[in-house]
Amino acid sequence: MYRYDEFDERFVRDRVAQFGDQVARRLDGSLTEDEFKPLRLKNGVYLQLHAYMLRIAIPYGTLSSRQLRQLALIGERYDRSYGHFTTRQNLQFNWPKLRDVPAILDLLADVEMHCIQTSGNCIRNVTADHFAGVAQDEIEDPRPVCELIRQWSTAHPEFSYLPRKFKIAATGAQHDRAVIKAHDIGLRIVRHPESGEIGYEISVGGGLGRTPMIGKVVRDFLPKADLLAYLEAVMRVYNLEGRRDNKYKARVKILVHEIGTEEFRRRVEAEFSALDGPSVNADAEELARIAAYFTPPAYETLPPDSGALAVAKAGNPDFARWVDTNLTPHRVPGYTAVTISLKPVGLAPGDATSEQMRLVADLAERYSFDELRVTHAQNLVLPHVRKDDLFAIWQALVPVGLATANLGLITDIIACPGLDYCSLATARSIPIAQAIAQRFADADRQASIGELNIKISGCINACGHHHVGHIGILGLEKRGIESYQITLGGDATENAAIGEILGPGLPAEDVPDAIEAIVGVYESQRHDGERFIETVKRVGLVPFKAAFRELADAA
Amino acid sequence: MTSTPKRPPLPAILLANDLLDGDVVFAVEDADGALDWTRDPRLALVADEGVAAGRLEAFAAAARQQVVDAYLVDVEIGPNGPVPRHFRERFKTLGPSTRPDLGKQAGEGIAGRRSA
Repeated sequence: MYRYDEFDERFVRDRVAQFGDQVARRLDGSLTEDEFKPLRLKNGVYLQLHAYMLRIAIPYGTLSSRQLRQLALIGERYDRSYGHFTTRQNLQFNWPKLRDVPAILDLLADVEMHCIQTSGNCIRNVTADHFAGVAQDEIEDPRPVCELIRQWSTAHPEFSYLPRKFKIAATGAQHDRAVIKAHDIGLRIVRHPESGEIGYEISVGGGLGRTPMIGKVVRDFLPKADLLAYLEAVMRVYNLEGRRDNKYKARVKILVHEIGTEEFRRRVEAEFSALDGPSVNADAEELARIAAYFTPPAYETLPPDSGALAVAKAGNPDFARWVDTNLTPHRVPGYTAVTISLKPVGLAPGDATSEQMRLVADLAERYSFDELRVTHAQNLVLPHVRKDDLFAIWQALVPVGLATANLGLITDIIACPGLDYCSLATARSIPIAQAIAQRFADADRQASIGELNIKISGCINACGHHHVGHIGILGLEKRGIESYQITLGGDATENAAIGEILGPGLPAEDVPDAIEAIVGVYESQRHDGERFIETVKRVGLVPFKAAFRELADAA
Repeated sequence: MTSTPKRPPLPAILLANDLLDGDVVFAVEDADGALDWTRDPRLALVADEGVAAGRLEAFAAAARQQVVDAYLVDVEIGPNGPVPRHFRERFKTLGPSTRPDLGKQAGEGIAGRRSA
């Protein structure tokens, strides 16, 4: 894990003191709300429906046990003993008091955390594949480059007042688990087809929201050493030419769309050529210094299979189901990555209590080299677990409600906070997720359906990634009631696709029936071993639309 | 500059978030006829006509050091007091619909009354 140097430490402490002074000036009347609002947003403090909300950055989704314990403490001391993990791998507290925020920021700084650039028109917290460094299909761990980008972009004077927020995601694997094509910039670590050299494929102009777009590849291969200069060129073109007259047309995806990928690429390359690359790019020593923090832990030499695991599986069907569902192959023999589902049936997706956070922190410390990951799908990961230890971990998770075996299944639903918390939302998300999870709660049914990603947003801003859900659900307001529009065929992977609308919006109570109808078409049409998204792509939307139409007409 | 929101249909109440705590608060008239803030939506002062609504708007403008995001909300009068007509504001006066243990529906802050 990356550790702050003296500069990082001083920068964050200074920022905490600065914000504490700004809060005091707001409270004594020296600052008006209009003056204070941009300052609080720069420190991750929003005003939501019922209370303030504090968004905490978790760079590239990596946490230590100490950091997770501190989040648990903050939740207990200053919030309602729970936190919400988001689709940007951040954590949000829903009920902090403004007067307590400086104290919370101090506690975060104690464990090398902060809320800087979790809001505002700047380069936001960089996200990454949550299996970085352990995935079998990975070319190289993307976290060192994420850390480099974090250092380059934090408080970058030229890019602190962009036309709109700017999101960067990175993966080092062939299979995209970081949704890079739905980000303003997506970085994929690749090998040059001829030389074998490692570099980056760069996509620009992806994004969801009211104008969803898939990112376009602007560079097939960029040498590693040129990364920051190239990013600087992209940001300069956007900063100069991105629209500032209309916030809905201000994202880089609109610029790329309006001038075309070729023209955008030409302008970036021209800027890149004109830049003094060596003065911008990190030198090799700095890259090596950062990379050293991400060297693999001291794994034991183990056989690939575990006898203890086999025995435990044979004696406990619930454990066997969890093992078969929630593990991801690890590059080191005898180890596995464990996803801890934050999607128990009936609760809010992504929420974790302070008690649960502490338990997971303890497990990470004991069984996963003190390391955790947060996924964009709102789950947690223990990335380096000995297969021999799985039964003990599962036994610890069961009593605190964290042993749900549903990774990638129909109840592993992404849902934004929606109108239960968010002041931007136009409808609720969490109750819809809960109702669908209840409908499909039977574990055998979930396993029979197989991989199926449902993603729900409570407004057009699409924090729930509904556009790239196999089944997407968008909550809107229609004539004073909540209405839910359903899309089909979205894909968040390397085959990124935007889902298509199935038909008119439905009232909340009809949504589980609609999902049932869609699943019914899949079950009747699928070939042996065919996943939901593959069936949708093969048969097209017509049979699904027909089933949906019947339901909508009956409503 | 923030623009003045369009006045909703009447009757209406004035709600806002407390600056310090973020809690949802409502304009209320105290025993002396002065305007104040309460955390209890049942006590919210209802403006039935334009002059009363204008009084609430003026109070909101003067209270920018106590509250944030103050605005009028149209209501209907139920057996327990005013109820917002729009579902968004109803949630705001209750708490998260999925967590009945949180917010005003759990009794949080209902007993408290904050001086302006």
